[in-house]
Amino acid sequence: MTSLEISIKKPAAGHITLGPCLFNWPADYWRDFYFKMADIDAIDRIYLGEVVCSKRMPFYQSVLPDVVERLQSSGKEIILSSLGLIMNKREMTMVEELAENDDFMVEANDVSTMSLLKNRPHMIGPYVNIYNEATLDYMAKNGAISASLPVELSFQSIKILAVNKNIDLEVQVFGRLPLALSARCYHARHHGLSKDNCKFVCEKDYDGMDLSTLDDQKFLTINGIQTMSYTYVNLLGELDLLRQAGVNHYRLSPHSCDMAAVAMAFRDMLDGKIDLKQGYAILKNQINDIPFSNGYFYNIEGVKAHDALNLL
Amino acid sequence: MTKKLELICPAGTPAALHAAISAGADVVYCGFRDETNARNFPGLNFSRDELKQSLAYAHSNNVEIYLAINTFPQAGKCHIWQMAVDDAAAIGVDAVILADIGLLDYATRKYPKLRRHLSVQASASNPQAINFYVQAFDVKRVVLPRVLTIPEIAALNKQINVETEVFVFGGLCVMAEGRCALSSYATGQSPNINGVCSPASHVFYQDEDDKLVSRLGEFTINAFEMGEKAGYPTLCKGRFKTDDKISYLFEEPVSLNAVSMLPELMAAGVCALKIEGRQRGKAYIAQVVSNFRKAVDAVNNGQPIPPLDLDHITEGGNKTAGAYEKTWR
Repeated sequence: MTSLEISIKKPAAGHITLGPCLFNWPADYWRDFYFKMADIDAIDRIYLGEVVCSKRMPFYQSVLPDVVERLQSSGKEIILSSLGLIMNKREMTMVEELAENDDFMVEANDVSTMSLLKNRPHMIGPYVNIYNEATLDYMAKNGAISASLPVELSFQSIKILAVNKNIDLEVQVFGRLPLALSARCYHARHHGLSKDNCKFVCEKDYDGMDLSTLDDQKFLTINGIQTMSYTYVNLLGELDLLRQAGVNHYRLSPHSCDMAAVAMAFRDMLDGKIDLKQGYAILKNQINDIPFSNGYFYNIEGVKAHDALNLL
Repeated sequence: MTKKLELICPAGTPAALHAAISAGADVVYCGFRDETNARNFPGLNFSRDELKQSLAYAHSNNVEIYLAINTFPQAGKCHIWQMAVDDAAAIGVDAVILADIGLLDYATRKYPKLRRHLSVQASASNPQAINFYVQAFDVKRVVLPRVLTIPEIAALNKQINVETEVFVFGGLCVMAEGRCALSSYATGQSPNINGVCSPASHVFYQDEDDKLVSRLGEFTINAFEMGEKAGYPTLCKGRFKTDDKISYLFEEPVSLNAVSMLPELMAAGVCALKIEGRQRGKAYIAQVVSNFRKAVDAVNNGQPIPPLDLDHITEGGNKTAGAYEKTWR
């Protein structure tokens, strides 16, 4: 491979990453999704693994090796992501096994996992609280080489964190925002089931289950024990600011829409091949009537659309 | 012999602190009057001078004071939180309750002798996470997140070598604490950053077609029929629609009351019981603390819990044992 080819494949101007799939997709659908993503040059890094519910893992475990092989052969950087809420021995063992693997970098989504990875290169996921430079510095000294920041951080905070050059920062730029985790499963509760006997009802909702207010305003999205935004975050118009601040990894959170088109829009925007209006139009086409948001970036309500996004 | 259970009581004002001490608190916890603690409400909390005077009063009554500095310092403003730790050490509080790793690191390096507790906001729900905080920051006690059942707490206590404290009464987070951005999504203000959840500044009530509608920011959280008791629109205690089904999907407007479980919590190895409610008035504090004093004394002496007078002061009149019972999930 010539240096020119390398520079085309991995442009210096930021990396598009595909965060872990947060939904309970059927195994075949999950596999086919990643097979498709393997062929999308716009995506540099892909996170695999279960973050939300330990009970979902066995479903796609059987197709995981195929997916890993396919992604590796197409040159994707693979990171194994981990559970956000660890409450029992079985879940702890799952995470311990993950942390012990020598083949892949692991993203820690709980302080326990972070401590298991101490003094080895690892990544910190958005479920671990990093709100300030002192905490980020501690993580870097602990061996973290990258941190995907909590969703409620404003650009004002992100800029200050980005001063630390010992650790790469990643920010979610597309998709529903993970807002909360609970011991209780709301999908099960909606269906009148308990978490232990949930019949995996979350599998019916590829992008989560809509939650509306009593006056029918769409508000949140239920994903098992996780509560997410109804809006999709969209920081296409903020990529330049992030890049100038030194944030070089931009996370797309997987949804059932055309993620290839989404990834290409972000890549083209980074490379200056499309303008914001064109980019917004492409993204809007993927999610139809669902609104975009970027409020957290501007230190206002997370649900809000600010600046150019407001005109959509 | 099992160690006696300690009763940890809230105070948002010096008057509430006096009430808690008179009613039999072993420890009172409070916060400074700013964004460094998770009950940053208008008119609440302690100035440095008030804390100094309160500490002298508490110590003369053999009661300890813990100071909660348990929000997450904002980037570029760490000095505000560090100053809170500096002042806590100078005033001589009996422990600080911290959640942020950077701040724990600061307190450990600068004041190794200042007793450190891990706040519930750190959401340390498993032995590996707890042991990390013990080893890295020598925390002496962990306030457990409200996500664990009693058997899970018992199993956890066997795998850790640190005191554990649990909530037994008051407001109930249904999400893992310190990991919830629902409030900031709707209002821009969050427990982690601003020390508030579903803040009063964003609450509106409106009469609409014979109903009283409660809103948080732009979102309807509940609607009450005439005669129905209207509660505060805490986001996760609202009535919502999923698939056209109306329900309190996250949680009913209930508060936690685990008083009947005190013997089991003691047997599970818990050493301290915490009452939520620094935002509450002194009459409420006096009533809850005096009732819990009776219950804790009975349990500490191996006797049955006497009849108590707590039912009518719980939120919406309803109570739950929360995650302590597995069926809650």
